[in-house]
Amino acid sequence: MSTPTDPSSTLWRDGRPVYDRRDTVCVIGAGPSGLAAVKNLREHGFGVDCYERETGVGGAWNWRHDRSPVYAGTHLISSKPFTQFPDFPMPDTWPDYPHHSQLLSYLERYADHFGLRPHVWFGTEVVRVEPAGDTSWDVTTRSTGGYGSERTHRYLAVVIANGHNWAPKEPAFEGLDEFRGQTMHASSYKDPKELRGRRVLVVGGGNTGCDIAVESATAASQTWHSTRRGYWYLPKYLLGRPADQVNDGLAKLPLGLRQWLAARTLRLTVGDQTRFGLPKPDHKVFETHPISNSQLIYHLGHGTITPVPDVRRFHRGSVELSDGRHVEPDLVVFATGYLPRFEFLSPEILGADEHGRPTLYLHAFPREHPTLAVAGLLQPDSGLFPLVHWQTVLIARWLRLRDRDLERAAAFWSRASADVGKRWNRARVKDSTRHWFEVSHLDYLRALQGALDELSPATAVASRSTR
Amino acid sequence: MSSVRIMRTRDWASPVPPARRELLTATPEVADDTRPPVLFVPGFGHGAWAYAEHWLEHAASRGFAAHAVSPRGHGSSEPAPKATLRAYAHDVVQVAAGLPRQAVLVGHGAGALVVAHALARYPARAGVLAAPVFGGWATLGLALRRNLFGTLPAAFGGRLRLGRRQLFGRDLPEPLARDYTRRIGHASARAQWELLRARAPENPVGDPPVLVVGTPDDRVVPRSALDKVARRYGGAPLLFPGMGHDLMLDTRWQEPVDAILDWLEKGGE
Repeated sequence: MSTPTDPSSTLWRDGRPVYDRRDTVCVIGAGPSGLAAVKNLREHGFGVDCYERETGVGGAWNWRHDRSPVYAGTHLISSKPFTQFPDFPMPDTWPDYPHHSQLLSYLERYADHFGLRPHVWFGTEVVRVEPAGDTSWDVTTRSTGGYGSERTHRYLAVVIANGHNWAPKEPAFEGLDEFRGQTMHASSYKDPKELRGRRVLVVGGGNTGCDIAVESATAASQTWHSTRRGYWYLPKYLLGRPADQVNDGLAKLPLGLRQWLAARTLRLTVGDQTRFGLPKPDHKVFETHPISNSQLIYHLGHGTITPVPDVRRFHRGSVELSDGRHVEPDLVVFATGYLPRFEFLSPEILGADEHGRPTLYLHAFPREHPTLAVAGLLQPDSGLFPLVHWQTVLIARWLRLRDRDLERAAAFWSRASADVGKRWNRARVKDSTRHWFEVSHLDYLRALQGALDELSPATAVASRSTR
Repeated sequence: MSSVRIMRTRDWASPVPPARRELLTATPEVADDTRPPVLFVPGFGHGAWAYAEHWLEHAASRGFAAHAVSPRGHGSSEPAPKATLRAYAHDVVQVAAGLPRQAVLVGHGAGALVVAHALARYPARAGVLAAPVFGGWATLGLALRRNLFGTLPAAFGGRLRLGRRQLFGRDLPEPLARDYTRRIGHASARAQWELLRARAPENPVGDPPVLVVGTPDDRVVPRSALDKVARRYGGAPLLFPGMGHDLMLDTRWQEPVDAILDWLEKGGE
């Protein structure tokens, strides 16, 4: 690579100058995944330029951001040990399930503690990411909102951490256009006062759908909760302890036995869900994304939430359900999830299929591009931060190894490409966009451990000395 | 350095319960952002007070924000008769992560082992192990030889009593030495037992520079143990002859702390 003495480079692309950042890595997004990437890349000796379209850190967890899906009452659904970065614990004084504002202050402290902010270009959005011929990348940016001119920088590698819970998956129900009531996607729901005194239908049985149904139960005059299938509703506490901690206490047991034990425990504590009008789960525990909600059953029992089946179609003044019933809500909240979006990247780079689902090794590395990685594109049955921490450590170590030992790097890559598209979940997860990135935190972390061991400098020394 | 351990089901399934901790702080008059905050961790039986005697103020006078924590069951922290080494390391990591910037961890005696465990959890700016007691049966053997009746009960789950001649050099005035010795409490029996079992700490995360400081005249830590710990972290110990084990309380307390701060100013090379 050329080494110009001043940053005003002599490189050109499509008639525009390209500023060469040489060994610097570009990180897109300063949410939890982006911050972890910046920290761990820096820890491995890389220079980092991070681009953030908003003016603060925190990504989805920063309620000031226009793409943030958090609402006033958002609390975590995984308890602290599963939520925090493994090397930066949350304070002992915080509750088991912190509030979203605490999570934002945690991320801000993380950024300050490790001095990450000087590496973040705030108010800057990424327009295009294009391969630069060799393995480096040209990243074109501009001020958020499209003001100012575009600039292109060339980077050694790019880590994409733009999040996957901001582009709403809008449902396509028949008759939705003629429906006279108000509809909104859960991403724009912010506060229970929007529901006060209204007749609300919440569509979607995920964690968001259940949380909003519970908020609606205390604010709205009537609440219907529509789910496609029966789910397992895990209480937040089991035996007086956070339920996920109880579950991981059994992590060493085989999956089948854990599923049996969990079903047994739920049967004893929550009891028969069909008594509350809910359908019987059509799958085993851990085969869909776990729903952690203690209050839903409570409100069903108090009649403040009415469970209803799937929506068949919308009419002018009512919603027809799959059992032929009609309900007449004046507000419908679609908690129908999100889809990943990489609008700055051409889809074939991530090996996306016709539905837009990328094909990646460990949900992070595209097959054809060893210097591109996606961080945090995971839907774990637990908190995301521990996974994304080790994932970004792996990315940093991988880039280091490519830099130091191309031979070993090539060996790793050829082995890894065999695992591209593999799903890190031993339970047979339901196939839907919701479960594209569903991983079991235990299975996924074990796989990361294996890959990290392979890339660690010590094994390099060991394999050399045994030769 | 081998790889890191990711699977920590014990920490996930049964996290260390919270405990109230004593934290003493000395702040420099002029804040200096180029110098990292320093967190001092006392050894078994000692509390944050041991650093408050000299080292805290001295570090602050040289421009370092200096803090000393008493792990649970020590100093004025919450009593914790059943605490484990894991709980002590948890206390250290909690305090370190609560500081505004990435901190340097300095541990003394068995506190150095606690720091070594903490370094495996928290990417410190640097680590300093002063007169480190990493445990094992050899440590017990030496302690029995030096101070049979103070040590023997500890081997059976009782309290460890350290003699003042074990801890301080001959030039520390007798009344002061007696006063310090009186203030020393004891770690939990479980932690003492874990010290004997001497499970080696995992490798540090974030690859921090680590300095080992000690004295060849230490009556708790034999010279060979100093060398062994220093070798594990890829260096040689920095030695201060003629001092007792409690480097921060002995008459010549200033020499080691100045050496540590010099090392930090040079970026821990």
